[in-house]
Amino acid sequence: MKLNKSIKEKDSIFKNWLIIIAVILFIILPFIINTYWVDVLFFFGVYALLGLSLNIVLGEVGLFDLGHMGFMAIGAYATAILNTTFGIPIIILLPISALAAGAFAWLVCSPIIHLRGDYLCIVTIGMGEIVRLTLNNNPFGITGGPNGVFGIDFPSLGSIFVIDNSTKFYYYIWLIVGLTIFGLVNLQRSRIGRAWNCIREDEVAAESTGIDVRSYKLLAFVLGAGLAGVAGNIYATKLMMVSPESFNFMESCMLFCIVLIGGMGSIPGVLIGAAAISLFPEFFRTFAQYRMLIFGAAMIVMMIFRPGGIWPRKRGAVKFESLLMKAGEENG
Amino acid sequence: MAKENNNMETMIRTKQENEEINKINKVVLQTDKLTKKFGGLIAVNNFDLKVSQGQISSLIGPNGAGKTTVFNVVTGIYKADGGKVLFKGEDLAGKKPHQIIKKGIARTFQNIRLFSNMTCLENVMAGQHCRSEEGTWTSVLQTPGQRKEELEIKRNAEKRLKQVGLWKWRDELAKNIAYGNQRMLEIGRALASNPDLLILDEPSSGLNDKESEDLIIFLKSLLKENLTILLIEHDMNVVMGISHWVTVMDEGKKIAEGSPEDVYSNPQVIEAYLGKDEEEEE
Repeated sequence: MKLNKSIKEKDSIFKNWLIIIAVILFIILPFIINTYWVDVLFFFGVYALLGLSLNIVLGEVGLFDLGHMGFMAIGAYATAILNTTFGIPIIILLPISALAAGAFAWLVCSPIIHLRGDYLCIVTIGMGEIVRLTLNNNPFGITGGPNGVFGIDFPSLGSIFVIDNSTKFYYYIWLIVGLTIFGLVNLQRSRIGRAWNCIREDEVAAESTGIDVRSYKLLAFVLGAGLAGVAGNIYATKLMMVSPESFNFMESCMLFCIVLIGGMGSIPGVLIGAAAISLFPEFFRTFAQYRMLIFGAAMIVMMIFRPGGIWPRKRGAVKFESLLMKAGEENG
Repeated sequence: MAKENNNMETMIRTKQENEEINKINKVVLQTDKLTKKFGGLIAVNNFDLKVSQGQISSLIGPNGAGKTTVFNVVTGIYKADGGKVLFKGEDLAGKKPHQIIKKGIARTFQNIRLFSNMTCLENVMAGQHCRSEEGTWTSVLQTPGQRKEELEIKRNAEKRLKQVGLWKWRDELAKNIAYGNQRMLEIGRALASNPDLLILDEPSSGLNDKESEDLIIFLKSLLKENLTILLIEHDMNVVMGISHWVTVMDEGKKIAEGSPEDVYSNPQVIEAYLGKDEEEEE
């Protein structure tokens, strides 16, 4: 069979000139702005990565997870403890913290994965809080209690290349965010991403369509947690310390907002949401004490006028005419 | 294929010949003393059903007779409380819905259950989930194997969408297309898994006469694909028009089975549908 070569799939977001401009802007930005703003953009990157990781669970599969910071905490503490106690290089700990967070997610989510909606939400809140409280109580004297763990190394490749200043950290986080976006966009367009969306739309129909709902939900949790673990690793090395207070419930709510503001299941949306959460307070420093008020009001207005988020995922970009041998036998 | 010819012939055979063929024909799906209880209510009670290869079988009965429950047990959504479901001789007990569709039983729902916020094409592509196997990492990296499979999925989806006549709506969200089209899309999604047995739960409900007629023609055309069809139906025109074999159910039990003509004139069936004549004593 000869394949019809006139496949016009205009579904690559990489071809979009807007994205090219954004990428170029991101590359030259550190040379224009001062260190403070580079740091702000670094944290924007961390939130973007966290938002993307939660987006898998919340956006793609529609599982309410309000304890996502717990996974990040596992990644951050795995990095901190293994680095300060055993001196394992950070670059090796990057995948290890992802694995640790993923394994933790698998362990705690296996028994609760069948819960629906609000019930799952409550359990994940509990899980996040338990992680934080456990770290706070310094089990076996390894987490350092409320003070946390100090003296984490910078990420480095031997002694040749050390990521030790704001600009390098900026490139580092955005490189990882870029790779993550690449992977997630591919995933969205695969049968895995489709299966996740099907589960979000209708669980019974998804199961009857041949999707192993339980496994795919777990997969989403493990992948999401793994990415959050990576974010935890980078966060810990940037601050050179971790403490339980960084992973409180409010932060989990912030992540939730990132996905809701941006648009569930939309990758550009998550980036916008992360920008709103991390840049907004910087621009409005003067209104610092009214921050949450403005933020809450903005959320309400958003939910009324744009319930799908600022940039909801656009579907139906598959415009090809025909993939079959005989083109033009359109009917219907 | 020989079987295909056979199917075509079956459709024009007389009643007696039909019955003979039923005996010869391989039974694809069989339930054996199937029982399902919801608390104190026995929804399905020692129910025997058989569906022969290459035929359209119908399951009819008044509202609340337990027809959909039978379907849900067969497709693994409910667990049976007793009895067996045999598909091609294999016991389906304890199998989950996603395993059952892989064995070759695809279904549609009485209240259409599409993936509303996904496009029609994506719906049909999702239907092929159980016939594809690329994993997470190959998808993340989009390996050549994964691309090839994805293309294959798209081509199959295109074929099925054209078959149900919805190709022009491929990029439309499933929730936005007309009701009749949604029904066809759901059938298309079920067909996308290349099933051996297609179970349709009231496919003609909510359709107008013209659409029902088209549906009958469409279902008949499916038999050419070596497909077996089991349907629940209320519309007597549809049942009489296409069924080779009809099973009648009331209050969880089988009250009659046979060719449409037999069943139509069966007094017990008339009683179940229209109620008992008061003057006749039991």
